Amino acid sequence: MTRIERTAWSAASVGVGVLIVAIWQFVAWKQFVSPIFLPGPDKAWAALIEGFKSGSLTQQTFATVQRMSLGWILASLIGVSLGALIGSSRNARDYLGPMLEFVRPLPASAIIPVGIAFFGLTKSMVLGVIAFGTIWPMLLATIHGFASVDPRLLEVSRVLQLSRLQVIFKIMLPNAMPDILAAMRLALTIALILSVVGEIMAYQGGLGSHILEASRAYHSADLFAGVIVLGIIGLISNLALTALEAKLLRWRHP
Amino acid sequence: MKGWVVPVGVLLFAEISARLFGITSDSLASPSQILAAAWSFLSTGVLFARSAQTLLAAVSGLLIGGGLGLTLAVLLGLIPPLSRLLRFPIEALRPIPSIASLPIVLMIYGFGYRMEIAIIAFACFWPVLIIGQSAIVGIEPRLIEVSRVLGLNFFSRVTKIALPAALPRLFVAFRQAAAVSLVVAVTVEIVMNPQGLGYELMTAQNSLQPALMFAILIYIGLLGWSLNAVLLLAQKHLFAFAAVPRLNA
Repeated sequence: MTRIERTAWSAASVGVGVLIVAIWQFVAWKQFVSPIFLPGPDKAWAALIEGFKSGSLTQQTFATVQRMSLGWILASLIGVSLGALIGSSRNARDYLGPMLEFVRPLPASAIIPVGIAFFGLTKSMVLGVIAFGTIWPMLLATIHGFASVDPRLLEVSRVLQLSRLQVIFKIMLPNAMPDILAAMRLALTIALILSVVGEIMAYQGGLGSHILEASRAYHSADLFAGVIVLGIIGLISNLALTALEAKLLRWRHP
Repeated sequence: MKGWVVPVGVLLFAEISARLFGITSDSLASPSQILAAAWSFLSTGVLFARSAQTLLAAVSGLLIGGGLGLTLAVLLGLIPPLSRLLRFPIEALRPIPSIASLPIVLMIYGFGYRMEIAIIAFACFWPVLIIGQSAIVGIEPRLIEVSRVLGLNFFSRVTKIALPAALPRLFVAFRQAAAVSLVVAVTVEIVMNPQGLGYELMTAQNSLQPALMFAILIYIGLLGWSLNAVLLLAQKHLFAFAAVPRLNA
């Protein structure tokens, strides 16, 4: 496929997107669906602009992004360092591995009641739940990446008399990097979901509280505006991490 | 064997320290108290009813969302122009966190099964679509050529060639979506919906019964773990011939 063809297809694809929005506008305009549930794209857009102009939506967006990033960074730091500790030792893997595998399928949100029992409906509870829920993919990916190092590389490191720290940073970490980055991308998605869940439950501001309030008051335009912003946050964070992944892993595809 | 040392050690430590210091707390419980709470809860039959509610919602949502996702995956996989046309709308919709649809669905359906199932279906749709499409695209091209030579129509090309050939990887998609369905079901119940295991968990916390809360939490963990284990086992036995790539193992 030539570059021109590819551009044409992309343009056509965006055109389909525009068409879908036009149909949405038409359905809303003709009121096939009650406007209480389905505002037109024009109303949702107006609510979006109004929200950013008055600053309330800006503030909520900032709160959610901050919570999501903070929880995610916390979980990344803990997850990768714990994973490195466990993954680089055969004994630790044997003793702790089965327990971690058991905790992994547990729905992250199920930890919320426990968090509430300890911290109440507070900001630190939400942050703790985000960190706890997002830590698993990174922890397990790091362990897996550290454990799957080619034995011959370890033999080489022994011959070169590398210290344990050097082995971790020069051989095991690069080997685990693709797994870790993929897990970090997945974890960021989970972090966004848990931020919204936490905000809906604990009423601590942010887009989660915003969309819940809008829904309680039947302000569907505000609700859709909030959901659109959440989608954009998800899209941008995913694109950013994909780009980072491609950049950091360039050495794999020379 | 070694895997048991740490969990058993933690349990023993928790039990001994609870007995020694006689802690009574609104947020902690000793393992023996948790076991007792689990036992009394089991005998009331509530657990069975709550599990049935959660599983019914999860399975229905999985079937609806997964079915729609699979249909679209087959269409997009077999008709490349269609997949190129829909790429932008799909990439724009996919990053919306499934839980963000909760307030919208709540306005439309109110509390109950329909609301929960709609959110689960929305969440299960994406993994099936994405993994399913790449599974269909990854079919040996010669199989598609054969189907063309045989003059099969589109429907039999789907049922006789595409689906069977992509089955091993479609099962991976199904396994992922099944895990998602349980997670989303419990999440929706914890956040909003007054039914199912998530709600029971939340009620136990609200009524300051930490022993019961931990018992239900462990039960939900067991449920998720066994679901995953059963599906992995099924995958291993059914598709041993087709070394399925370990996507999330």
